[in-house]
Amino acid sequence: MASAAEVNTGKIDAVPEAVVVRFAGDSGDGMQLTGGQFTLSTALSGNDLATFPDFPAEIRAPQGTLFGVSAFQINFGSREINTAGDQPDVLVAMNPAALKTNVEALKPGGLIIADSGEFGKRNLDKAKYENNPLEDGSLAKWQLLSFDISQLTLDAVKPFGLGNKEALRCKNMWTLGLALWMFDRERQPIVDWLNQKFAKKPEIAEANIAALNAGHAYGETAELSGPMQKVHIPAAPSEPGLYRTITGAEAISLGLVAGTHLADLPMFFGGYPITPASAILHHLARYKEYGVTTFQAEDEIAAIASAIGASYSGSLGVTSSSGPGIALKGEAMGLAIMTELPLVVVNSQRGGPSTGLPTKTEQSDLYQAVYGRNGDAPMPVIAARSPADAFDCAIEAVRIAVQYMTPVMLLTDGYIANAAEPWAVPDMSDYKAFPVQHLTEAQDGGFKPYGRDEKLARPWVKPGTPDLMHRIGGIEKAVDTGHIDYAPENHQEMTEIRRDKVMGVAESIDDQQVDLGDAGGKLAIVGWGSTYGPIHQAVRRAREADHNVSHIHIRNIWPMPKNLGELLKSYEKVLVPEMNTGQLKTLLRDQFLVDAQPLNKTSGQPFLIAEILAAIEENLA
Amino acid sequence: MNEMTKVTTLKDWETDQEVRWCPGCGDYAILKAVQRTMPQLGADPANTVFVSGIGCSSRFPYYMESYGFHTIHGRAPAVATGVKLANPELDVWIITGDGDALSIGGNHTMHVLRRNLDCQIMLFNNEIYGLTKGQYSPTSREGTTSPSTPYGSVDHPASPCAFALGSGARFVARGIDVHKGLPDVLKAAHAHKGAAFIEIFQNCIVYNKDVFEEFAAKKTAASTQLWLTDGEPMLFEKGEKGIALDNENLTLKVVNVVDGDWEAAGVIVHDVTNRSIAHMLVELPFGEFPMALGVLYDDPKPTFESAVVEQNRLASEGKKPDLQALVSKGQTWTVKEGRAEL
Ligand code: SF4
Repeated sequence: MASAAEVNTGKIDAVPEAVVVRFAGDSGDGMQLTGGQFTLSTALSGNDLATFPDFPAEIRAPQGTLFGVSAFQINFGSREINTAGDQPDVLVAMNPAALKTNVEALKPGGLIIADSGEFGKRNLDKAKYENNPLEDGSLAKWQLLSFDISQLTLDAVKPFGLGNKEALRCKNMWTLGLALWMFDRERQPIVDWLNQKFAKKPEIAEANIAALNAGHAYGETAELSGPMQKVHIPAAPSEPGLYRTITGAEAISLGLVAGTHLADLPMFFGGYPITPASAILHHLARYKEYGVTTFQAEDEIAAIASAIGASYSGSLGVTSSSGPGIALKGEAMGLAIMTELPLVVVNSQRGGPSTGLPTKTEQSDLYQAVYGRNGDAPMPVIAARSPADAFDCAIEAVRIAVQYMTPVMLLTDGYIANAAEPWAVPDMSDYKAFPVQHLTEAQDGGFKPYGRDEKLARPWVKPGTPDLMHRIGGIEKAVDTGHIDYAPENHQEMTEIRRDKVMGVAESIDDQQVDLGDAGGKLAIVGWGSTYGPIHQAVRRAREADHNVSHIHIRNIWPMPKNLGELLKSYEKVLVPEMNTGQLKTLLRDQFLVDAQPLNKTSGQPFLIAEILAAIEENLA
Repeated sequence: MNEMTKVTTLKDWETDQEVRWCPGCGDYAILKAVQRTMPQLGADPANTVFVSGIGCSSRFPYYMESYGFHTIHGRAPAVATGVKLANPELDVWIITGDGDALSIGGNHTMHVLRRNLDCQIMLFNNEIYGLTKGQYSPTSREGTTSPSTPYGSVDHPASPCAFALGSGARFVARGIDVHKGLPDVLKAAHAHKGAAFIEIFQNCIVYNKDVFEEFAAKKTAASTQLWLTDGEPMLFEKGEKGIALDNENLTLKVVNVVDGDWEAAGVIVHDVTNRSIAHMLVELPFGEFPMALGVLYDDPKPTFESAVVEQNRLASEGKKPDLQALVSKGQTWTVKEGRAEL
């Protein structure tokens, strides 16, 4: 239903519920920008939407090559949208390589808009086409509209006297203009954005605006003769209120700021550049007036070590990375566990192992998050399911960290980090503050650096506090005093305390709910993280077809909600779709002895609704 | 460094923890020197933080009655950077060793110096891995036999002070564990605003006994030690020898001083702000020259944490933190009864 538009008439249905559009071009063609701006105008027109930016790992991959293709998919509609859509209804292909790598995904009967100006011999060779697909009939199962966008753009921007290269850069705006016309979108927000972006180069702004207008005008003319039609998708019915679009990286940054404010603490963020986590560092570096200090460290280890140092000094230390960087931080996480200091570690997962697929998404760091440290090193783990959800998850991570004096891992992934979705701007007064009290005076019975409260958390003492001097470190601590202690019974007791403390976090989280469907039944589809969208939509469709299936989405990966085991046992079958080889599945089996079955995908691409739907049908057959 | 002064005694800086270094280890002397120096600095134990890595030296914080953080191998400078950035008022001391600072933590040592975080870095150089039972270290001389190098080590050693200077350190000094000159070096380091790097030759009596004896021995000290004082000529051997510039080769040379007329002999007056001379001093080959000790270089420049604090202040100026406004930023739209409005 993500691609609900039926295209069997050869034209996009006049009033579809939802449409999926994919912009694909060379990485130098500005497709991400085009997609981003189209997203904005779509959000402004009141559609619900989800996006999927998909770009190569190379910054400037050789022009025209198959591996240099950058794509941006958006699914928007007049009802709730949870995924970027399975199959595009419309593919905009800016060159042969973009066509080749994307056309197979296009829904049969879907519309291809191609820039014929780029389909010369050289580019065809680079894309390994023997014949020009625009001419040889090989695209017959789709609607094809090709025209020389390059030339049309050059004509449109001629009055501004740009060089050929600069002028061709406006191609993406021409394409955007056409898309805006097609889906009846306002041009003004884009015009405003261009004027702002190129404030210092007004001639560039004007050329881009001219290209945008020309593309729009072209739509009017082309409509007369081609398969293209103006489509109006009504606004999605959503709760009244203020909305904006947000990416996961932005939402995490804002959530961390909000969390530290609710905790009444300054934030210290130690980071090291890594794809796709760097965006969090970039955002936070701009929030200094919110008590945020950012530090670009010399490496991943220094990033977390400095955050631990800052937590020791009384700030909330935060660090973020992606799989390879998280691996480097492992020993330091153990230090935070041993010294029982609060810390938030954000992991924007990507395809692994090793360097793996830096720009593609995967959920393969769940083992690493839960188990990936030396020693018995328990640590709470929570996972965000979408860009908007990441905001609340970040606040929750901060809460657990400071209330339990523990590092917390927040899992997100490349898809969530980069994707945008509409976000109902929260009313911050709805959030309950959890202000931190650093210890300033000895407790009754004398100061015990490793004394504990009812949550088993030890006191947080800032250096600078008179009379509470004490030493901490990574060597095993004696109960209460925190002195070095290697005694066998002490290590036994401290290991159990650390475990019990972290397991006790379960007391402070909500019971597991069933997201869609009933508690108990034939089949539960259990997911975590960014597979939420496709699972949710697949279960909804299956239920509409009267299948007995429910969707359970787990946010608290460790510890898990207390009722989860019982809940899972109330289903005949449990299926766990994951973008890994079955990590949550293993965890569920281990924790609850349930016969959880895996459904795995590790192609670096999100699940399609259809893939999960097929698995549901198979399991219920 | 901090402005507050507090009256304390040596006893106030001792903890109730049993010190666990090998009997006779040079670390004891360093500990005493620091405990003796802290009262003279007017340091406040509540405001003092010792941060260490891993190794024999890194046990140090447990024995100082102040705040202390025994971290992980090599990472003390990184932890200390967070400690200091989060609270620039704290007086931060980093305790490290040759393996900790120059092998596993070489990267962090370089960057804490380059950034010029205000702290004192005490590198206990014993040219060996003590805690892991005696393997050769990055400062061990070529040919060092050890459990991991039974036929002698073949790699060239690193020079801590040359490394520090090359990393951009603005304060570089040397001391010897048992030498009475150490407290003065510590005081100068503390007075320096910025990263102050101190290499302390430390005798590991178990695994590398007397490895510095050639210049550390009291009996021969007059001819083997060149103690440097700002504004004073570079003299040793009871003033009978000095260090002069070899103009032809652009190096230093040893000259004889006749009748105390060091000026006639061309002996250089130590200027702690002269970076070129500092580069030569840290590289002086021992044997041909005495070991340069004391404050080799001291020329402060703005510190990292002060720059961070200032930038945070400037960037926040005139802006009021408003969470509601922050989350509402960007292009927004309002939905009224199912209709969107810009
Ligand atoms: S091994 Fe060497 S450095 Fe370590 S405590 Fe013993 S004597 Fe000191």
